[in-house]
Amino acid sequence: MKSSLTFHKVIVGLLVMYLLIPLVGTFLFSIAGKWDHTILPESYTMDWYIELFQDERFYDAFRRTLFLIVMSVGLSVVIMLPTIFIITVYFSKWEGLLQAAAMLPYGIPPIVGAVGLIKVYSDGPIQIAGTPWILIGAYFITILPFMYQGIRSSLRTINAVQLVDAAELLGATKFQSFRTVVFPNIISGILVSTLLSVALLFSEFAFANLLVGGRFETIQIYLADKLNSSGHLTSAIVITYYSMILLLTGIVLKLTFRNEKNPVGSNKKRILSFFKKKYCNKNTAIEGEK
Amino acid sequence: MRKIKKQKIYLLALLLPFIMFVIGFEIGPLVAMIKNSFYADDGIQVAIDQYITIFKSEFYLQAIQNSLVISLFSAVTSVIIAVIAAYSITKFSQKIQNRLLMIANMTSNFEGIPLSFSFIILLGNNGLFTLLFSKIGGDVFADFNLYSWTGLILVYIYFQIPLAIMLIYPSYQGIKKQWKEASSLLGGSTLSFWLHIGIPVLLPSIVGTFSILFANSMGAYATAYALVGSNYNLLSLQIASLVASDVALKPQLGSAMGVLLAATMIGAMWFNERMMRRIRRDLR
Repeated sequence: MKSSLTFHKVIVGLLVMYLLIPLVGTFLFSIAGKWDHTILPESYTMDWYIELFQDERFYDAFRRTLFLIVMSVGLSVVIMLPTIFIITVYFSKWEGLLQAAAMLPYGIPPIVGAVGLIKVYSDGPIQIAGTPWILIGAYFITILPFMYQGIRSSLRTINAVQLVDAAELLGATKFQSFRTVVFPNIISGILVSTLLSVALLFSEFAFANLLVGGRFETIQIYLADKLNSSGHLTSAIVITYYSMILLLTGIVLKLTFRNEKNPVGSNKKRILSFFKKKYCNKNTAIEGEK
Repeated sequence: MRKIKKQKIYLLALLLPFIMFVIGFEIGPLVAMIKNSFYADDGIQVAIDQYITIFKSEFYLQAIQNSLVISLFSAVTSVIIAVIAAYSITKFSQKIQNRLLMIANMTSNFEGIPLSFSFIILLGNNGLFTLLFSKIGGDVFADFNLYSWTGLILVYIYFQIPLAIMLIYPSYQGIKKQWKEASSLLGGSTLSFWLHIGIPVLLPSIVGTFSILFANSMGAYATAYALVGSNYNLLSLQIASLVASDVALKPQLGSAMGVLLAATMIGAMWFNERMMRRIRRDLR
């Protein structure tokens, strides 16, 4: 038995090494002064970070990315909350349709989505190809599956339909029951999917590059442009960027842990659980029993 | 009665923004792409020229083939590694398991441009490892070229493994200790337990993960773009250069290739569903 545990230790050790070496390597490279023929850097320096944080282009790119994220995630919350609420509570027969529309983007890669978007918006009545506005629309659709899942499951957990029935029975209007009963109860659930969406859009490159490119330089475009210049500076960008992503996902994990007592909440896992539910109910039943 | 009807209209009006976004940025572009793929190069004449061009051109067929081979290869490899690694993970204490899954979750966010960059500084032409190994005198990496098929596979596998582990790990929780005890009480060996009980229970999850990984790498664009630019013939890179490059735009041809890519992904999902049905027939 003991030798088999050693075997598992070796496997996991190799795996962790494979996963962490690129990250650690990039980090060391970003703080390395001279480093070319040794295992560890010969000298360390913070120059690359100082150079990065003095680069106006970096701040501009960061601001543009923030603008896109705030706009599209904000729009998504403002539009999806009432939409999902209304359909769940008042038009439940359309739920299947809403689900299909909301989950479809998950099956379409950005590269395919971009082909159609360019076609629609490069001529005709609305010519917004090449402007940030087309990106906001594309991003709204990109995060749709995550926002839908988050809001839908929050509504289900609090039994929104019964709550609204009760509130209306007691004389509340539809808006009142939404604002004072439903909304305060689902904020934390929405927060998780909002943060997930922010992290997702932060690392979005395909749409940004194909639809707008250098005309509206986001952080990812800036990074791609810097790939061929100084490696140390680019490492510093990668590490700064990745720390922000980690911070975001860290908060998400904390929140999910608090909400569900389930430490491995992942956006991708959630999506798969959706597919599993759809494709083989029996299987999830087996996995569900703990 | 009248009041209720009026309220319903207000509620429906609130759905309008959502419907507009879905039509404008989801359904509309998809329909436009499909329609556009059935036009000739001039964009006026209705024809299936584009599809004929693709299937007659060795270049484009090669792009499709390369994408398929890379996706299949990386998905199969990652699933195999993940099945073994996830099993090993379950052997540790709960605390360490959570740590390891945290690492998987963390690294699953390391993808696209930053990931490619990371591999370039480690294994690229002037990469740290490349220089180090050449100094030690190892010829192991002499033939290795990051900006090629092997490099792409290496990077693709990197971003697939954490995802595969997170998807497969939960299904190991479904295999009960009691099943193993029962199997050995009835005279089964470890091997026969896995052959007849363990793997059949895991199979749906493995197939499901495989098709997600396959679709994931078929559609991958950023990683390949950063790593090989236009030096390697991949479906996603070809589509990008046909619809959004500075030279020789061919939107109709690009649309046709987009339709083919989407069809492959729908095919993968369909295959997934069929396999699930076949495998789980006993439970239905």
